[in-house]
Formats: sequence, C-alpha cells, structure tokens
Amino acid sequence: MDYQLLWFILVGALFAGYAILDGFDLGVGTLILGIKDDHERRLFYNAIGPVWDGNEVWLVTGGGALFAAFPAVYATVFSGFYLAFMLLLFALIFRAVAIEFRSKEPWVWWRRWWDRGFCAGSTSAALLIGVAMGNIVWGIPLNSKGEFTGSFLSLLHPYALLMGVTTVALFMMHGALYLHLKTEGALQARIRGWLNPLIITFIVCYALTTLATLLYVPRMTHVLREQPALFGVVILLVLAIANLPREIHRGRDWAAFVSSCVTMLLLMALFGLGMFPHMVYSLPEPAHSLTVYNAASSDKTLKIMTLIAAIGVPIVLTYTVTVYAIFHGKVKLGKDSY
Amino acid sequence: MNVEILSRLQFAFTIAFHYIFPPLTIGLGLLLILMEGLWLATRNPLYHNMARFWTKMFGLIFGLGVATGIVMEFEFGTNWATYSRFVGDIFGSALAAEGIFAFFLESGFLAILLFGWDKVGPKLHFFATCMVALGAHFSAVWIIVANSWQQTPAGSHLEVAGQPVPAGHAFDLADLWQSRMVIDDFWAVVFNPSSMDRLGHTLVAAWLAGAFLVISVAAFYLLRRRHVGFAAASLKFGLALALAASLLSLVTGHSSASGVAQNQPSKLAAMEGLWETGPEAALHPFGWVDMARERTLGPALPAGLSLLVGGRPSHVVTGLHDIPPDLRPPVQATFQCFHLMVGIGMGLIGLSLWGAWLWWRGQLADPANFATRWFLRLAVPAVLLPQLANQAGWFTAEIGRQPWIVWGYLRTSDGLSAVVKANQVLASLIGFGLIYLLLLVMFLFLLNRKIQHGPEPLEESHELPDNWLKQSRA
Repeated sequence: MDYQLLWFILVGALFAGYAILDGFDLGVGTLILGIKDDHERRLFYNAIGPVWDGNEVWLVTGGGALFAAFPAVYATVFSGFYLAFMLLLFALIFRAVAIEFRSKEPWVWWRRWWDRGFCAGSTSAALLIGVAMGNIVWGIPLNSKGEFTGSFLSLLHPYALLMGVTTVALFMMHGALYLHLKTEGALQARIRGWLNPLIITFIVCYALTTLATLLYVPRMTHVLREQPALFGVVILLVLAIANLPREIHRGRDWAAFVSSCVTMLLLMALFGLGMFPHMVYSLPEPAHSLTVYNAASSDKTLKIMTLIAAIGVPIVLTYTVTVYAIFHGKVKLGKDSY
Repeated sequence: MNVEILSRLQFAFTIAFHYIFPPLTIGLGLLLILMEGLWLATRNPLYHNMARFWTKMFGLIFGLGVATGIVMEFEFGTNWATYSRFVGDIFGSALAAEGIFAFFLESGFLAILLFGWDKVGPKLHFFATCMVALGAHFSAVWIIVANSWQQTPAGSHLEVAGQPVPAGHAFDLADLWQSRMVIDDFWAVVFNPSSMDRLGHTLVAAWLAGAFLVISVAAFYLLRRRHVGFAAASLKFGLALALAASLLSLVTGHSSASGVAQNQPSKLAAMEGLWETGPEAALHPFGWVDMARERTLGPALPAGLSLLVGGRPSHVVTGLHDIPPDLRPPVQATFQCFHLMVGIGMGLIGLSLWGAWLWWRGQLADPANFATRWFLRLAVPAVLLPQLANQAGWFTAEIGRQPWIVWGYLRTSDGLSAVVKANQVLASLIGFGLIYLLLLVMFLFLLNRKIQHGPEPLEESHELPDNWLKQSRA
C-alpha cells in the first residue's frame, strides 16, 4: 500500500470518527427542542457534557491531517466553500458556547434562548456538513490550477441539499439512540417513542439519496461493478441499518447504538470507495480533478505523519475509551453538571 | 477595502480574540497542578477548596478557547489557500501533531478534571489535571513550531513544478500555483532557529496571564475582606508563579530578541526604530517613529541596543536604511507594540517584586496595611496587563514579519485564496465581529458572576465524595 492510499484511508477514518462521535452530539442538539422540561433538557446537555469537546477534536485533527497530507484538497475545498464553511464555523461556535453558558444562569429566557441557539447551531452544522459532502460526491467545477470556479449558490443544488437533509436525519437518529442509552424512566420511554420514526425518516432519506446517486452520479458505483467483492460493504450496510429496529425491539440499547455507529462507518467507507482515487471530482472538466496522487504532500511528509499517527493514535484511543468508560451509565445531575 | 486587508484583519481579529483564552488555561493549568498536588500532599482542605474553585474558572475559559480555536484552522484554507498549498507539506504536519498530541489529551482529560470529581479517585483526578495542563502546554509547542517555521524556515526546500529550486533563487509568481515548500528534515523544522526561544517566551508569558488572573481575583476578595483565607492562599500561589514567570520572561525575551537580530534583522530594526546601520546602536525605552523624516524620537540609551544584542558597544546592528523599502515591515506599529510589551513586562516584574516583598514582611494579606492596600488595588486591574503584553508581543512578531508570510519565500499578499472575494470576507468579518462581541460580553458577565459567587464555604467543600474519603483513610 502506498502512503497516499494509507492517508486517504486515515483522513477518512478521522472524519468517520468525527461523524460517529460528534454526530450524536449534533443530533442531541437538534432534538433538544423536542422536550420542554428544564430538568430533562439538562439531562440532554449532560449526556454529552463530558465528551462533546473531545468529539470535536476529531474534526480539528481530521482537518489538520487533510491539510498535512493533501494540502491542495484542503486549500481548494476550504476556499471554494468559503461562505458555507464560515456558516459552519458560526454554527459550531454557537453550539459550543450554548452548552457552556446555558445552565450557568437559572433564568427561563436565558435558558430558552441558548436552547434555541444550541438547536440551530447543531442542526445547521449537520446540514452544512451534509451539503459539503453532497458537493464532493456530485463534483464541483475546478480550473486547470485546481481552483474552484463556482459560487456559493451553485453549491446549493438539489442533490447536495438532499445529502444535507439525510445527514441531519442520520445524526438525529444517532443522537436519539445515544440518549436512549444515557437516560432512564419516563424520559427514556419518551425517547424510545422517537426512535422508530427517526429510523424510518433516515431510511427514506437515505433511499432517496441512493436513488439519486445511482441515477445522476453513476461514477460512485464504478468500483462496485469492477470489484464485485466490495458489494459486501453494501450488504453489511443494509444489515446494519436493518439491525437497528431489531435491537431496539429486543431492548438491547447498546447493540442498537453500536449498529448505528457501524452504519456511519460503512457509509463513510462507501463514500471513500466511490470517490477513490479522486478527492475532489471536477465537473464538467474531470481532467482537473484532485486525486490522492496529484494533491498529496511529499512522501517524506506522509512518512513522518504515519509515524506521528502510529505513536499518537493508540494513546488517543486508550484514553478516549477510558474517559467514555468512566462516564458510562445513565446521566445524573450533580453540582459539577452543566 | 481589498481582500488582502480584509483577510488580514479577519485573521488578526479572530486569533487575537482566541488568544485571550489559551494563555489563561496554560497558566491556570500549572497553578491547578500545584494546588491539587499540595492538597494531595497535605490534605489541607483549603487547597482542595482552591482547586475546586479555580477548576470551575478554568472550565469556563477553556470552553471559550475551544469554541474560538477551530476558526484559525479553517481560515488557513478559506482565506489563505495559496499559502496553504505552498506550506501544507510542513505547516500541516505541525497542526495535525497538535491535534493528535495536544488537543485530544486536553479534551479527554478535561472531562475528568471538570466532571470526574466524584467518579474517580483523588490520584487519578490529579493525574487528569496534570494531563490537561500538559496538553495545554503541548498545544503551544506545536503552534509555535509552525509559526516559527514561517519566521525562520528551516529543514525544507522550495520546489517548483516538482523540481527543487536552489536556496535564494527567486521563482516566477506565475508558477506559484505549482510551487511548494517540501520537508527535508523534520527535526530541523521543529528546532528551527527561532522555535525554542519563542516557545519559552510564549509559555512564561502565558504563565503570567494565569498567575495574574489568580492574583487579581484574590486581591479583589482581600480588599472586600471576603473569603480571606482562600484569597490569601490563592494570592501566594499566583504571586509565586508571577515572580518566577516575570523574571523568566526577561531572560526568554532577551534570547528571543537576540534571535530576531540574527535571523530577522529587518524586524529587529523596526522593533527598535533603528534607521542607521552601525556600531553603538542606541536603545529607546519609548519613543515615536517619525516616518516622514525616517528617524526615531525619544530618549535613547547610547549603545544600548548593541550591548543587548551583541554584548559589546562595537557590535554592528543593521538599520532600516540598509533594508529595501519594500522589505521593511510597518515600522511604527512594530515599534509601538514591542515597546508596549516590554514596558508592561517591566511593570509586571515590579509588581511581582513588590508583592514578594510584602509577602516576606508578612503583610501580604493584610489590607489594613497602607502599602498592602495599594498593592492590592493595583493588582486587581493588573489582570489586563499580561493580556495586553501577550497581544502586543504577537502583534510585534507578526507585523514585524511583514511583508513575508513565509520569511524570504512567500509574501503575505501572494498567499491569499484566489477565489475568495472581498465582499465575502467582509461578510464573515462582520459575522465574527458580532458573534465575538456577544461572546465577550457573556464571558465577562459569567466570569464576574463566578467571582462574585466565590468559592464554596470550606466546610461544605470539605465534604469529599465517599470514595475519596475511603481512599484518604486507606
């Protein structure tokens, strides 16, 4: 395996980690307005309280890894999606401080406004991430120097928007499964009632996205035609999604959440398989596309980064798992809570 | 306004705002280790009480730091795409290393630090505190390495269309899109000529920021005669760190400036407002640069600059007249920022020594004493001084680097995103302005509420979680 392919996988793994971890945070944010009681809302905040900023670090590190391993992709996408990414930043800032500030004062108006900010920030972040992904799948216009030649409005085409909505639905489902795991009693029963509608919504959105992809972006499926063995990924994905209602029905909250994590991982894997070797597909001029080879840093840098990852990642995983283990179980409010 | 000015303004604004918070968490993190460590060693509930209170402050500050920190990583790509393509091979690895080694460490253990008091034992909690502080310091390491490489590039070479270009050989701007810096030696990048000097100076300056936050709040309590025992002890912790850090900032500042003299003579000339090259270069403690007549007004210590950077009066220092006008940084701004930083630094040394003297006389916590009262009155607003000095220091470093974005290789004006328009940057700049204004108001409001609320009463906070008591007895 060459370093370019390795880093394509590693950057993808970081973003998949981000989607899986911050995905449930963002989903909780979208769901927060679904309950009214202040105590229950605090339970929502504190369910993600100890872990949300660690989760966001996956985005920071993924961005850094993309910058380091594929500077041309990082530069083209971030400058091309300027306004969209600025909105994403505003959304992420808003939801971060909403978590931080919200429960520091008892006033009803204060908490209500921060709850709205948290919901709006989380939902728009999910939507924007989905729209960005949709554009990457669809392809964006690049010139011969690899610079984006479209506009902000040209990014908002139906396919990208569909992908955005699907992402919101996915994160909502994922967030609800996480909350189901962290709550108990009447609140848990209420969340349980949300699960099936959310799963069905996601399945409908995802089916539509898949249909649109098959019809309008057939290059995403080339790899499956050439290497039928990879169809295994699709089958696993279908099984993982089908497993969600099954586990909920059997009352195995944990298995349901893990199944949702696996779903997201497989979605990212399919995305990567469909894109490879492209990282930014140029439309209408495919010759200008950025690939893992023409956009990569030098072999030497990739080698150094591999070493850094080999040292860093096991340590990170060790204490990430430890922290999750320490804070496992049903969320309780204490004097250090948000 | 053009896109260059706007992008520079936006980056300066967002990073200056962000930089209010990390120095506080670096400095406060170190103090938390001392407080909690002393509690573990002595089991004096006062120290536990202090650790609890200052951890809460730490949490609030850290939250703002996280929220505003992600912005810069995006901005390299959004506003400085040409720069990002040019330096990604080197700069990107430092950012990725920062994520892996620093941010994960900080955020992972922060969960235990803030929310783990009754979930883990005291030793593991102390370990988490240490890891958070270590992570905060690590983040400084990698970002300073990245920035220092921009100031004094090393361990790398220029490549145009895949072909190495010999050092000093200029390249055609038309080829910029296919030009990049390529790494030769990772350790030479990490230990580039300026990184360690600047790291040392930045870290001690950050300690000062944390120390003076503690000093300021403690002084406020003492003046109001509230939480006296808590305040007196906090004041001593803050003061001890402030004294060490303010003196160390003199040492690290000196070696940083000597490095600038060697590696970036145009920056040094602008910092000192030196126009004529020669021996016996004078040092201005303060002054005004008369740009029209190209001279610097104000009191001057004869040969002071030569002595400082060269150790002897005959040392020749390069003046601005020997630097082509298009390679000079903005002189007035560099000069004033630098002198503001140095002036404040001297003031902080003075304040720390005064506090230490009062401590030695046993009068530190006695506001009935006339001198102590005045010291405490000055100490309350002094929380702003390290903040100002930190900002002024970074403005010196970054304005003094102009016109380069990568010293000697790429100009700032050539590093912009080709596809981003001025009105887009204006829109995002206004957005950041509004959001950060809101954030600042909220932050100060909540910080003030926490300070007014004060630490929990000693008896209450001494009610340790059951598992801690068990372990304490064991």
